[in-house]
Amino acid sequence: MADVLRSDVMLAFAVMTAVTVAARLGGFWLMSYVPVTPRVRRMLDALPGSIIVAAALPVAVNGGPVVMFAILAAIAATIVSRNDFIAVIVGMAVAAAARAAGFGG
Amino acid sequence: MTSKLIKAPAYWAKDAIWPGIVAIGPMLPGTLAFGMAFGALCAQKQFSLAEVEVMMAFVYGGLSQFVAVQAWPDHLTASSIATLALLTLTVNIRFGLMSASLRSWFGTLPRWQSYPSMLLVTDGGWLAATRYRDHGGANAWFFVGGGLVLYFLWLVAAIPGYVLAEQLADPRKYGVDLAMPAFYAAMLVPAWKGLRRAIPWGVAGIVALGVHWLVPGWWFIIIGAISGAVSAGLMQPDDTAREPLHG
Repeated sequence: MADVLRSDVMLAFAVMTAVTVAARLGGFWLMSYVPVTPRVRRMLDALPGSIIVAAALPVAVNGGPVVMFAILAAIAATIVSRNDFIAVIVGMAVAAAARAAGFGG
Repeated sequence: MTSKLIKAPAYWAKDAIWPGIVAIGPMLPGTLAFGMAFGALCAQKQFSLAEVEVMMAFVYGGLSQFVAVQAWPDHLTASSIATLALLTLTVNIRFGLMSASLRSWFGTLPRWQSYPSMLLVTDGGWLAATRYRDHGGANAWFFVGGGLVLYFLWLVAAIPGYVLAEQLADPRKYGVDLAMPAFYAAMLVPAWKGLRRAIPWGVAGIVALGVHWLVPGWWFIIIGAISGAVSAGLMQPDDTAREPLHG
């Protein structure tokens, strides 16, 4: 096959890689110039939960009832079992079962 | 003032490799399924397997790869490549926030160790490492060991998906699209430290929903996340916030 690695596709991948590497290294690099005051400390402490909620909530709301119900099931499974692994399996299983039963979304 | 535990500087000791891998263990089935679904999508979009592997190895951002391949143009031009780059940036710029938060830990290492480590930042690896750090951990191998396992699993995961593309055409049937959200949700539960500490999460969620409604694309992640963090910075320090050792 002549086009196992198409050059225009490789160029697009290179640009996407550059952007992603810049994001991964850039935040770390920038923080060497930011003094960690108590205020910055509080911002960093709030970051994990904020990223999770900001990334997942619109997707969940957009995903419809099946996705929201599966996420609630995963949260319930975490509270009961304190086990991330079980939570992921429960979330996937609930969504797969609901869709197999004919629920859309 | 909140008296914060001064956390130990980073060091390397091999005894954290296994605990680091165990901590990202719950991510492994989801990563495998996600990678397989991506391989199947790429097969449908007429990418060669070699191209898929180059993308897995270098771009290394699952959600951004999905979004980019779904939006892949029939003919690549300078402007369509710029569009793909912007799309990738809006999805992946959250990695910059994550690596920024790792500065207080990895910043004590020599640069030739800390910067390559940041290339392994992913949602799951970072979340697990953040939880470890919150409990006073400082061993860099915890993050790097788990991160390497996630990376190599991601590399191989696309291959069975590419080969089995026909059977995996609809990953939603198996609930694969829930693997990441369910893991996120599971990580929120132990991070819960009372309603007051969750106010920034509420801000992040409301802003993200609003941006998602109003602005096309993936800006809602970064704008929502920054809004949540800034609101935490604007809030009065919480003198009573002491991290309980036993949840």
